[in-house]
Amino acid sequence: MALETHKSPDLDRQLAGLDALELATGTRRSPLARAWSALWPMLTAVAIALTAWELVVLSGWKEPWVLPGPRDVLPEFWNVVSEGDFWAAVGLTMRRALVGFAVAIVIGVVIGSLVSQSRILRRAFGSLITGLQTMPSIAWFPLAILLFKLSESAILFVVVLGAAPSIANGLITGVDYTPPILLRVGKVMGLRGLGLYRHLIIPAALPSFVAGLKQGWAFAWRSLMAGELLVIINNTQSVGTLLHYSRELSDTPRMISVMIVILIIGILIDQLFGLADRTLRNRWGLRTETG
Amino acid sequence: MNQAITAASSRAATDAVAVRLSGVRKAFGSGDTALLALDDVSLQVAPGEFVCLLGASGCGKSTLLNLVAALDEPTAGSIDTGGARIALMFQEPALFPWLTVTGNIELALRQRGVPKAERRRRAAELLASVHLSGFEKKRPHQLSGGMRQRVALARALALTVPDESHDDGKGTVLLMDEPFGALDAMTRDLLHDEIERIWRERALTVLFVTHNVREAVRLGDRVVLLSSRPGRVVEEFPVTLERPRRIDSPEVASLAATITDRLREEVSRHGS
Repeated sequence: MALETHKSPDLDRQLAGLDALELATGTRRSPLARAWSALWPMLTAVAIALTAWELVVLSGWKEPWVLPGPRDVLPEFWNVVSEGDFWAAVGLTMRRALVGFAVAIVIGVVIGSLVSQSRILRRAFGSLITGLQTMPSIAWFPLAILLFKLSESAILFVVVLGAAPSIANGLITGVDYTPPILLRVGKVMGLRGLGLYRHLIIPAALPSFVAGLKQGWAFAWRSLMAGELLVIINNTQSVGTLLHYSRELSDTPRMISVMIVILIIGILIDQLFGLADRTLRNRWGLRTETG
Repeated sequence: MNQAITAASSRAATDAVAVRLSGVRKAFGSGDTALLALDDVSLQVAPGEFVCLLGASGCGKSTLLNLVAALDEPTAGSIDTGGARIALMFQEPALFPWLTVTGNIELALRQRGVPKAERRRRAAELLASVHLSGFEKKRPHQLSGGMRQRVALARALALTVPDESHDDGKGTVLLMDEPFGALDAMTRDLLHDEIERIWRERALTVLFVTHNVREAVRLGDRVVLLSSRPGRVVEEFPVTLERPRRIDSPEVASLAATITDRLREEVSRHGS
């Protein structure tokens, strides 16, 4: 086959000109400027929160030993984070979170891919999965404690039940909302069976799956905190037990310090998921022009 | 008119048919609520012919292409494409957003059984033939609408590539469903030149659906007018104007006017 035989140079030039005109040249800001523009609203929000807290304390609504202000808590916060025991406790909590989350991913993916296979299964289990997702995880603990006593398994059980439905739902939604036009293209290309999943359905479901993971993590983290407060296992130190014992000892500055740590861990991990989500959206061109 | 007769008879002499539809009928649903999309459509397309299907809304143009592409089965009648390699292009580029430009084309080549080692090179050739060399690593959303549609064209062509080892002698049919409908006029005119050149170079058989009469006259060897609800072939207009044509030439305008009148007559039947 003789290709490229009579390409007209005029057409070449015209198309190239049109292409150049149509490709918008975006202006890129320096990484430093971008980091700063993300950082200052956050810092402002923290400053506002601290000020509000201090104002409540200054108003004399509660005794200072019941509700200490930031000026008492922040030094204690530094004490807490410089203890070796504290980091061991954070380590145990994070290990529980990651193991629970990993198990939830496996179960969520298995259930999600089974249910997304057929319309009947979706009708049968779809609302059940959504129901499980909205069920407060703390409601599972009485059953978990009966089944597993005060053990690691009880905590794991609830963490997995908290996260898996969101992960499964994310996958199902992603598969359901594969654009029909892309499915038609896949059909014309002759994609079917496993190839259809590998080259079309799984990549198309990815953004929704990542959103499901992010939500699943939030549920896992909440379930874990509830679990560590309710299921106190002897001779273990976790973030939950730190919270529990500082309340028992009425050490409010320490208790609030641990709460701040929980908040910071939550924010950091959310940022990680946000990063994954943004990277994906940028690559796909799904970016919404905000921020 | 003489030219038309000569062209038609020379085509009949070769007696080769790339796409043959005989008495094709397509109904959606069943019973009283059934919608008849196509009724007794018979059409023959010669190898290397550029046929434009023209009709108002509801003429079943897209249904017809789906049937030829074997994405759907006719309710009655038969469709014969002689085992041709068939590619389909839509109004939307429908590129996979998770793949780069070259990735999109390489996937199509993969589906055609092109060995991995050759895919990159052949994708580059295809992109060069739609004037998109240098954009291999871009993602679809980074391109303009016209450029995306050219990538879609390259991907469609990728589905029609013959095996290099042996030519199986089978034809290549490109089905286009209003492919330039969403583009601005300037881009569309350039893409008309582009598709005409590629059609010639690759000896493609093209079935091109449009609702734009001038576009049909600009591109087609033959314009087939379809009626609406149900779609039937109303009339065929051979286009014997010399190529390359310009969409704004008086000759194109004059034939387009004739066809438009016929189309309006057809549409007005539905008003009463």
